Amino acid sequence: MKGFWPVFKKELYVMFMSPIFYVVAFFFLCIAGFFSRILLIQVSDASFQLAQHPELGREFGGAMELFLRYFLVNLTVVMLFIAPLLTMRLYAEERKSGTIELLYTFPVTDAAAVAGKYAACVTTLAVLIAATVPGVIAVALVASPAWKMILCGYVGLFLLGCAFLSLGTFASTLTRNQIISAIIAFGILLVLWLMDWLKVFVGSVAGSILEYVSISKHFEGMSKGLVDSRDILFFVVFTAFFLFLTLRQMSSYRWRG
Amino acid sequence: MIEAEGLTKFYGPIGAIKNVSFQIEKGEVVGFLGPNGAGKSTTIRILTCFMPPSAGKARVEGFDVMENSLQIRQRIGYLPESVPLYNDLTVNRFLRFVASSKGVEAKRINAEIGRVVSACGLEKNAKRIIRNLSKGFRQRVGLAQALLNDPPVLILDEPTIGLDPTQIIEIRRIIKELSEKRTILLSSHILPEVAQLCGRVIIINKGEIVATDSPGNLTSQLQKTVKIVLEIGGPSLEFAQALEGMAGVQKVTMESNGTSKFLIETDPAADMRPEIAAMAVQKGCSLLELRIMQLSLEEIFMQLVTEESSEEVAKS
Repeated sequence: MKGFWPVFKKELYVMFMSPIFYVVAFFFLCIAGFFSRILLIQVSDASFQLAQHPELGREFGGAMELFLRYFLVNLTVVMLFIAPLLTMRLYAEERKSGTIELLYTFPVTDAAAVAGKYAACVTTLAVLIAATVPGVIAVALVASPAWKMILCGYVGLFLLGCAFLSLGTFASTLTRNQIISAIIAFGILLVLWLMDWLKVFVGSVAGSILEYVSISKHFEGMSKGLVDSRDILFFVVFTAFFLFLTLRQMSSYRWRG
Repeated sequence: MIEAEGLTKFYGPIGAIKNVSFQIEKGEVVGFLGPNGAGKSTTIRILTCFMPPSAGKARVEGFDVMENSLQIRQRIGYLPESVPLYNDLTVNRFLRFVASSKGVEAKRINAEIGRVVSACGLEKNAKRIIRNLSKGFRQRVGLAQALLNDPPVLILDEPTIGLDPTQIIEIRRIIKELSEKRTILLSSHILPEVAQLCGRVIIINKGEIVATDSPGNLTSQLQKTVKIVLEIGGPSLEFAQALEGMAGVQKVTMESNGTSKFLIETDPAADMRPEIAAMAVQKGCSLLELRIMQLSLEEIFMQLVTEESSEEVAKS
């Protein structure tokens, strides 16, 4: 992995110098705040009704569970939009400005370049996600301190974000145009997100396959605080797969010139 | 040291270079000449390990471009043709990134950056953002990054393209200084530049090498006639007739009727100047100018490039 650190540091620096990050962070946090406010009102209504009809309690879980689950699911939808914006630069810009010719003639392995760029995006995303934690902690302190569930939900959110970013990284190798790269990433993510909607129309075998590749399905369990190794494995394999494709795509770029 | 052996590169069905072979010894400064689209950049991109060749072998400092690309990349400084730079960074930060990518130790980085910044005259611009630099300073930053980690081999693709005359002179001065202890391959289509900087020239046209030699040798080999410029005072028409009668003279042209300035084309075997001078004295003319006109690299180049295409026309 010769050259990982220089690439990582440079990408992170460019990221935090660029207006894209600040615009994305601004809207991401605004939307997160909006969701948490709305959800608090809805959940407090719901818990009032739950108190009157305790037989429904088993189905819905407690107020904190409800709040966290819907908060995280809403954030993942926002992440569908922001992940492509964070990754669209990575290779598209290098190719457009020609700096790829510098990077690829430095003694930096192709794998180190991919890893450095990807890690910088993951770090950025981690900062964004971390910025939503205080709000959730504040709710947990007044509702119920379900720390393990919060931890599990956030690990799930982070893994899901990593998967999104790996696909975005791959999409940015496909074109010189950052906008097109962002649209490709967003399109593929959305298709994978909605995949399980199709299962009604296809047979049970195909349906279960569709359900397996659907990203939202794998996040569902983690948002409820359920740690399932199959879900974690799905995200890890998904990420590894797209990073591998990125690497292959960029070495084929060398051949094609 | 750079060796290329039968390098061939196809972009899809289009052949960019065919069977390109040459050798550049340690410490040589070699000019790589050719019209636009001749395959200069393709060859350079193979040598710098940016892209692999479709066929053939290339070695830089004894390492193979396919097998030990990292070792080569450790030992070359490369300035690509379009001078791509990370526009969002300041000069300093960019050079820091390049230095650490090239594996300069952390404690040497500052000294190393200081060295290249002063070598390329960038002291006053080190804190500026690259996006805001003029073309000339971008070129210097490109050169500065190539010099980081003191590579023994420098490969510069059109280092002076798009600069104004003072900047060109400045960049040439820098290259000249660098050439003292390095192997340099310099591509260009500006011929005087190559003649000025390089000990040897490789001329490439349509993907094939058409000539390799020193600028001086190329000139004498390709000269089919020696051109002599002569100016006399006295009866010029009569003198022109006398000149045409001399053995060895192929053609005499008067610059314009009425003046006494001639362009005489003679066989390259012998220097005709003493005989012409003697004749002028004999005819009672005063000799105002008598010199051999040097064939410039431009003419050689045109000759090689057009010869090639006329052969092709003949074939088809």
